Amino acid sequence: MTAALRRHGWSYLFVLPTFSLFVVFTLLPVAQGLVLSLQDARVTGGSFIGLANFGTLADDPVFRQALGNTVLYATVVVAAQVTLALIVASLIQPLGTKSRVFYRALFYLPLVNSAILVAIVWRWIFNPNPFGLANATLGVFGVGPFLWIGSSDQALLAVILSAVLTIPGGGVVLYSAAMGSLPRELYEAADLEGAGPFAKWRHITVPLLRPTTLYLVVVYTILAFQVFERVYIMTNGGGPNNATITIVQLIYSTAFQFGRYGLASAMAVVLFLMAMVVAVVQFRSLRTDVEY
Amino acid sequence: MPVHVLLIVAGVLSLFPLYWLFLTSLSPTQYVVRVPPEVVPRELTVSNYQRLFETTPIVRWLVNTIVIAGVITVFHLLFDSMAGYAFAKRRFPGKDVMFWLVVSTLTVPAQVTLIPVFFILRTLGLLDTYPGVILPGLADVFGVFLMKQFIQTLPSEYEHAARVDGASEWQVYRHIIVPLSRPALAVLAIFTFQRYWNAFIFPLVILRDPAKYPVQVGLATLQGEFNTDYGMLMTGAAVAALPLIAVFFAFQRYFIEGIRIGGVKG
Repeated sequence: MTAALRRHGWSYLFVLPTFSLFVVFTLLPVAQGLVLSLQDARVTGGSFIGLANFGTLADDPVFRQALGNTVLYATVVVAAQVTLALIVASLIQPLGTKSRVFYRALFYLPLVNSAILVAIVWRWIFNPNPFGLANATLGVFGVGPFLWIGSSDQALLAVILSAVLTIPGGGVVLYSAAMGSLPRELYEAADLEGAGPFAKWRHITVPLLRPTTLYLVVVYTILAFQVFERVYIMTNGGGPNNATITIVQLIYSTAFQFGRYGLASAMAVVLFLMAMVVAVVQFRSLRTDVEY
Repeated sequence: MPVHVLLIVAGVLSLFPLYWLFLTSLSPTQYVVRVPPEVVPRELTVSNYQRLFETTPIVRWLVNTIVIAGVITVFHLLFDSMAGYAFAKRRFPGKDVMFWLVVSTLTVPAQVTLIPVFFILRTLGLLDTYPGVILPGLADVFGVFLMKQFIQTLPSEYEHAARVDGASEWQVYRHIIVPLSRPALAVLAIFTFQRYWNAFIFPLVILRDPAKYPVQVGLATLQGEFNTDYGMLMTGAAVAALPLIAVFFAFQRYFIEGIRIGGVKG
């Protein structure tokens, strides 16, 4: 043991600060979260109750609403973000290096801003008054005004639109980088056969970009599952009749406003499992992927 | 040419909320609620900014944010490069298990640890303190992964040569690995700073005293307080946005590079 320590002492010293922080503030909390989800933990602590919390969740209409909203939000937003990123990156690709650099920066800039800030602006854009920008814009075409975040039917739509209406700059950059390293030969072969630009894009570029697409779908989905600030700010934490409630919003209020830590931990476990399913699906499809 | 028009339109639409934010913050109150809203300003004023600085602790919040995000960034640079070096270049018993544990938590949503971290901090007596916000921020492992990936690509000859010349292990790290890792460290610094500048739910839960809030949590309380005073809200948001926008323009290259090395999970 001492010999090993002497030989490897430096290695352990290099890893020690990060790894001990990681154990205390990530690894143990993940384990403790699982334990808490099996307890009736309230403000004062609680006893072991098995899977009862999960039974409670299954019967709870608010949790089911949160789960449904989160999945709907993630599905629409991720589909839109990945598609937009692919289209924008494809449009940028044939341009010169200077334009490409310019556009990448242009589309990345809005993403520097915090979710809180973005949500504050969108809350105002989608406010129910006629001076709200969304209503004023639609008013030009004689549509509306709508209640948006003030209505239980339209609040979730407003939250989803706020996410969809921003070009996902990170995805653009990743697609753009991946397109730069695609093999030329396939395109030259397609040229010989007289394929047009759209046919080449559809049958060569898009299939070859599949690993990037998968990666983006997974990362954006896991991020979308965690949607919180938009809902917290745009709709005061859930909207009329919980129209916009999401899982993280419900975890927050259940734990830190109502002190039901066990029940909130069970929700966190559900979130954890959702993220894991998505990650495993990616891993499996990447394994069966064709290398190029 | 039509491609450029399309892209510029998309870019302008994307940036519009930001434009709207600054425009509103600089507009006199009576124009803020005008029907129809004016997209091109008729008159600009800094009165919202004066009101903001006079009536809210925004300066204190900004200082708090700089301290919290700054300290977290500095420690990440040091610790992540050390661990990244060990995982990339050194051999020691337990390395594979440790790295596997680290990587396996990369996709775990941070909110999963929120409640247990709250309990741990309560036990340690760190609720409502700066160390209580900073310590959990040092536990995210994205940086370790980033540094390991980068340091792996460095040639080992320099290290061997330095050891032959009698350099200690610390000197090898300090004088060979750190200078060669500068590009990755720049990316890590920017990503970490941005991430903790914008952090919300952890400080919201951990801090009670409004004087300790970072600016994002402060903004959320303004939202509650000045619910319909849009000029004031937008001004607060603008002030919180400006420092990061400045950082973006100064280090734009590293943001883009960071995405390419580290993916979109910044």
